[in-house]
Amino acid sequence: MSGITHATALWYASRATGVVTMVLLSAVVVLGVLVNRQGRLPGLPKFAVTGLHRSISLIAVVFLAVHVLSAVADKFVTIQLISAIIPFTSSYLPLQIGLGAVALDLMLAVIITSLVRARIGRRLWRGVHWLAYAAYPVALVHSISSAKDLRSGGLLALTVCSALGVAAATCYRLADTWASRRRAYLAAESLIAGRRQDRYQTAAPRYSPPEPVTPRTVTPRAREGASR
Amino acid sequence: MTDAATMTSPLAATPGGSAAGGAPAGHAPAAGAPAGHAPAAAPQPGTPQPQAPQPRALPRLLPPGGAAAVPQDLAHHVRSHGPLRCRRARRHRSGAGDGLIAEIAAAGLTGRGGAAFPAATKMTAVATGRRRPVVVGNGAEGEPASGKDKHLLWLAPHLVLDGLQLAAEAVGARTVYLYVHAGGRLHERLTFALAERAAAGCDLRPVRLIAGPPRFLAGEESALVSRIDGGLAMPTFKPPRSFERGVGGAPTLVQNVETLAHVALIARRGAAWFRQLGTAEEPGSMLTTCHRADGTTEVAEVAIGTPVAALLGLGSAPAQAVLTGGYHGTWLRAADAARLPLANAPLREAGATVGAGVLAALPPGRCGLTETAHVVRYLAAESAGQCGPCLAGLPRIADALTHLAGPDPDPRWLTHLRRWSGLVTGRGACHHPDGTVRFVRSALTVFEHEITLHRQRRCSVAGAPSAAGGEPFLPVPAATPAYSQDWR
Amino acid sequence: MSVRMRVNPIACTGHGLCAELLPERISMDEWGYPIVSPRPITPVLEALARRAVTDCPALALLLEKER
Repeated sequence: MSGITHATALWYASRATGVVTMVLLSAVVVLGVLVNRQGRLPGLPKFAVTGLHRSISLIAVVFLAVHVLSAVADKFVTIQLISAIIPFTSSYLPLQIGLGAVALDLMLAVIITSLVRARIGRRLWRGVHWLAYAAYPVALVHSISSAKDLRSGGLLALTVCSALGVAAATCYRLADTWASRRRAYLAAESLIAGRRQDRYQTAAPRYSPPEPVTPRTVTPRAREGASR
Repeated sequence: MTDAATMTSPLAATPGGSAAGGAPAGHAPAAGAPAGHAPAAAPQPGTPQPQAPQPRALPRLLPPGGAAAVPQDLAHHVRSHGPLRCRRARRHRSGAGDGLIAEIAAAGLTGRGGAAFPAATKMTAVATGRRRPVVVGNGAEGEPASGKDKHLLWLAPHLVLDGLQLAAEAVGARTVYLYVHAGGRLHERLTFALAERAAAGCDLRPVRLIAGPPRFLAGEESALVSRIDGGLAMPTFKPPRSFERGVGGAPTLVQNVETLAHVALIARRGAAWFRQLGTAEEPGSMLTTCHRADGTTEVAEVAIGTPVAALLGLGSAPAQAVLTGGYHGTWLRAADAARLPLANAPLREAGATVGAGVLAALPPGRCGLTETAHVVRYLAAESAGQCGPCLAGLPRIADALTHLAGPDPDPRWLTHLRRWSGLVTGRGACHHPDGTVRFVRSALTVFEHEITLHRQRRCSVAGAPSAAGGEPFLPVPAATPAYSQDWR
Repeated sequence: MSVRMRVNPIACTGHGLCAELLPERISMDEWGYPIVSPRPITPVLEALARRAVTDCPALALLLEKER
């Protein structure tokens, strides 16, 4: 096992920051699902979930920058700076580095639109934000294919855990969205069905206290088209 | 006839023989006016307006004949009211320059869609916008208890279509829409009327007939604009308001079809003629839908200021309460309503409004709470469901009211009802929750005695409140639209 | 010239961050939706108000200037 020498410092730096970026991005996606489903982190206020989602993504950008710049600066392999942004133009491992460039572009789009979202409006911001779900798998494939680090040992476990975490969060989001939409649909249907069988002079049942309502039980209907 | 004496409008066409238009002969006498037969002397322009309605001047919008009135095709329309010359639009940035808008301002015409906003002010605001405006005639009468717009569009569509062209000319619009509910014979009839006009070359601006969904909120201004733009007929967040940014982002003039019909007549006959009926602050005539206590319903054109008691025949068909302003309106005790005229100023003092001219007299054999609860269940289901408080609150309010209308309601329902009413007011993107709460609160006031009686397992109506079945007095459409289906 | 907080009830889905960040002006109703006070935003509260507007996940809050 060779140590980090002067010659290989940048190469190790790039690989290390790459791993950290991947872990941070996994956390960001999981937190994003938590924000959307109005979940809470134990012991923290609600605004902490959004705050962490934003802060960790910005930290991830910093690590990503170091990851890219150190890989470009390293003399052992030739990767042009421009190949970090324009996919598949690198001399070294064009496909794998290219995937990284794709992930970087998507990430930049998501983050920049989020920083200016008050100016660009809700619809455009949300539309671009969905690209995060495309960026993550691309980044994951880039990490696994560009270096052998993640294919064995502790780093393999770390990668698997991160990927599984994101997969679990995504499945949870799909299931919970479906469930809450179904609850809202059934509530609306029962309101209309109640009118359908409406005997307009009904004998009322005994008093029952109104059930406490969590906000997601009464999610407003999904709107299909444009809303201003 | 006074037509020659009052023809001051610069846009009036050659005065045709308009004798047929004003005769009240055969008109159903319940239209709020003593069936006077002696025509008064023609008032000269400039004399103070008479306060009492002059029976021979009604009906104006509807063709004569009352219940036996015949729908007017283009030929009849031109014979009754005279032809109309339409000119190309010239946009006036100053706004007040156009003759018609000034005439409408002088006439004091207010919107007949319920808000009673001055028509001339709205037109000026739209005309002085930054882009070429769009005009929409709103014939989507979402209120189930109101039938006047459908009635007007059925009997006198050409008045409305004239008004659309005139309004478009006045504000400088090139695009014109007419928005009605989908389906039925009315849609066919309007298509035919538009074809007649196209053949005769009346319309300089082609009118696009748009069908909206049969929902309560479909006629709301921003919902209408959203539907015309191709989306769902659901209200949107304001600002921007429709007169600033509406259809396709352009300033949009949305006027009720009755208002447009009045515009068509003001253009021919002038502001002074318009002011011959009604009161000084609220001039003109209006269409009302009267649900009398004996079960009859009539759409009648009356002068503003006609006593409510006369319109509803409260003398011959006594009522226990009167609903003014439709399902977003207010219940009044019969004694209070009996001494009020149909005008906004006196009604506002009593806490009510004219709205779109819906009046309903609840007969003594009906439980007011049961009727109200039935309507509020409908209103709750008609929420667009976009805003949390409305979606959460209205069904609960309906539920509470249903319990109160039943036998032996727990008093806690009233507490919850009051709290929920306070929680939904002003917290939606439109006024649906506010209007519903106004209706509910007035019911709680006027039918307070019913709540007390229900707690004792009695009701002012014999055999109620646990008697099932029977038809509701206040009309409510059958529940057919599926969830989120019928908003297009 | 006063600044007031307003909520777009169509965009709002009841996350509840705003009431935590600016309890002086925003409280929650029993369904989780914000009740926004019409009182003006004082200079002391302005930073928190801007943060609430930026942090709202649904972008449902806005600050309105009135003359």
